[in-house]
Amino acid sequence: MNEPQRPWTEIIEARHSLFDLKLKEVWKYRDLIYMFVKRDFISSFKQTVLGPVWFFINPVFTTITYLVIFGKIARLSTDGAPPLLFYLSGVTLWNYFSSCLLSTSSTFAGNAGIFGKVYFPRLVTPLSVVISNLMRFGVQFFLFLIVWGYYLLKNEIHPNLWILATPFLIVLMALFALGTGMIFSSLTTKYKDISLLLGFGVTLYMYATPVIYPASALPGFFKKLAFYNPLTGIFECFKYAWIGIGNFSPIMLIISTVIILMLLLIGILTFNKVEKTFMDTV
Amino acid sequence: MLALKAENISKQYRIGQVGTGTLSHDLNRMWHKLRGKEDPYLKIGEVNDRTIKGASEYVWSLRNINFEIEQGDAVGIIGRNGAGKSTLLKLLSKVTKPTTGKIYSRGRIASLLEVGTGFHPEMTGRENVFLNGAILGMTRKEISRKFDEIVDFSGVERYIDTPVKRYSSGMYVRLAFAVAAHLESEILIVDEVLAVGDADFQKKCLGKMNDVTKGDGRTILFVSHNMTAIKELCNKGILLNQGQIDYQGDILKSIVEYQKNSTKESSYRYNGNLDEAIGNENIRIKEFSVSPSCGELLDIESGVHIKLVFHNYCRNINLDATFELKNYEELVIFHVGKLVSANNDSKIGEYTVEFKIPAGLLNAGNYYFKLYFGKDQKILLFGVDNFIGFEIENIKVGTMMHIYPGIIRPNFEYKLKTP
Repeated sequence: MNEPQRPWTEIIEARHSLFDLKLKEVWKYRDLIYMFVKRDFISSFKQTVLGPVWFFINPVFTTITYLVIFGKIARLSTDGAPPLLFYLSGVTLWNYFSSCLLSTSSTFAGNAGIFGKVYFPRLVTPLSVVISNLMRFGVQFFLFLIVWGYYLLKNEIHPNLWILATPFLIVLMALFALGTGMIFSSLTTKYKDISLLLGFGVTLYMYATPVIYPASALPGFFKKLAFYNPLTGIFECFKYAWIGIGNFSPIMLIISTVIILMLLLIGILTFNKVEKTFMDTV
Repeated sequence: MLALKAENISKQYRIGQVGTGTLSHDLNRMWHKLRGKEDPYLKIGEVNDRTIKGASEYVWSLRNINFEIEQGDAVGIIGRNGAGKSTLLKLLSKVTKPTTGKIYSRGRIASLLEVGTGFHPEMTGRENVFLNGAILGMTRKEISRKFDEIVDFSGVERYIDTPVKRYSSGMYVRLAFAVAAHLESEILIVDEVLAVGDADFQKKCLGKMNDVTKGDGRTILFVSHNMTAIKELCNKGILLNQGQIDYQGDILKSIVEYQKNSTKESSYRYNGNLDEAIGNENIRIKEFSVSPSCGELLDIESGVHIKLVFHNYCRNINLDATFELKNYEELVIFHVGKLVSANNDSKIGEYTVEFKIPAGLLNAGNYYFKLYFGKDQKILLFGVDNFIGFEIENIKVGTMMHIYPGIIRPNFEYKLKTP
């Protein structure tokens, strides 16, 4: 008897294309991204008294610390911006970047339990991390807006139209964290050394980025070097737009964008390669 | 129509520590690839036998596996620990990819290698149903539609809004299985998850899985060591042994083949240092043998003689030696014990227990003993399962050569009146 044969719907094989990102499949699993984001939210504040207030506590205390240490004791320049606003903007942006980077870079190592038992497009995990951090960022950004509004009313700052570029900056930063995070998470599956490096690497990287100082305060050679740090353009653009300080030029942002997109591509490719077999090495 | 087809799949693992050698092997591999040559580490590697210490760092967990599975089949995958069952399931469920070969499938594959994957302890039962469902590939809409059914099946309705960390382990498993049982996939892969939960719930799960194959015509692959469950559920079998397929086809034949391979030695004798014999600080077994009561061969008419010699270290207790005979389906044929000392007067030293299973009682087949020693028939001093295995050969009756059905094959005294 000859039944009409339907074509195979799926083929699992040893070789696969590096560029096959299965974005369609990721879209199919969008409900899972939603559930992961929800899980992150529920799990962070269950059984805490203050709950979501913790979102504010971190940036407030960090800002105060910076204010005292870098502002009052070390007397670092803020380019004439109100120190409180200057540090708060830096902390808000940096928190988003570092938490995205740290959590995406532990994608494989941290989810080995789930990944070892069930298949879903692995890209779902870093994406959900970036999104749930984006929501945290939203709350912290709201805090920034309040302080910013206060200084605006006092007419101490002079924002400009670059404010409209903010969403682009945020997305760019998310992509940067995603890209590098994926590279690190792929390497960590085999070489655990990377995760050790990353722990203090991120802290050091903060000092290489104009978070607590303006780029203008850098001496000549370091200024040129900072140019190639993708975060420099983003941080400078943000501070220029909202506070009106610094010597920002669009070329910085273009360089950032190009570098970030390249890293993202490398990140996706390595991630894609590793996800197929990482269970054997993790 | 075929639902699944595996073509020449193999899986190689590197065993031992991933450490200093890793980077150099990776570089060597890259160097070969750059020159368009084959991966140098794919050629080496040995058959996966965990009992022998291998010379190579690389082992083949699965080697050259080929099979075809028809739609609507329930396939039991059996084999000893380390035969490659779980690796095969991992490949099929895409958790990791094969080293070589291809697997073709028709329809969505859902795998259930563990119940409750991704359950978060802080979240309520309701939230976890949605999370777990999403992980298994269901959309929120699908889960909402089936939510009541899932809760009903699990029987934890009252606690559905309680965080699952407050659940008993039974409730946890029930809820988790309920989600998985309501997956709508054409191919379902299940790994030994039925080993959890109470007997009642296990029955319910088996029933549900039976419905899945027989009612909905879906394909199911099932790994278990529970032969009774496999026999109940599956119609086809694949027997794996050291990463290769030993037999595939009818499930009963697969089970028989499996049992043949796994039958253990039919005697145990230890003459060396008593401390190294099987046992513990209470009991050391010196000898356990199964032999025919008459003749050379263990068969239906030979009867079975069992001899146990052990050294007892427990003074002045009520000591018993208990024998449990099981068949290949793990069904207990009998459970008998001998009170070695009944008046709290056991002595330190060697005891011997012998008994006979009469001829014409056991049917042909494979059996094995579970053996344990108890105090006051309550407290376990020492026990060992699957200890000594033996096979009873069939004999010809008239012209009849088949093994009779039935667990036992008693030889009654028939009274006959003829015309």
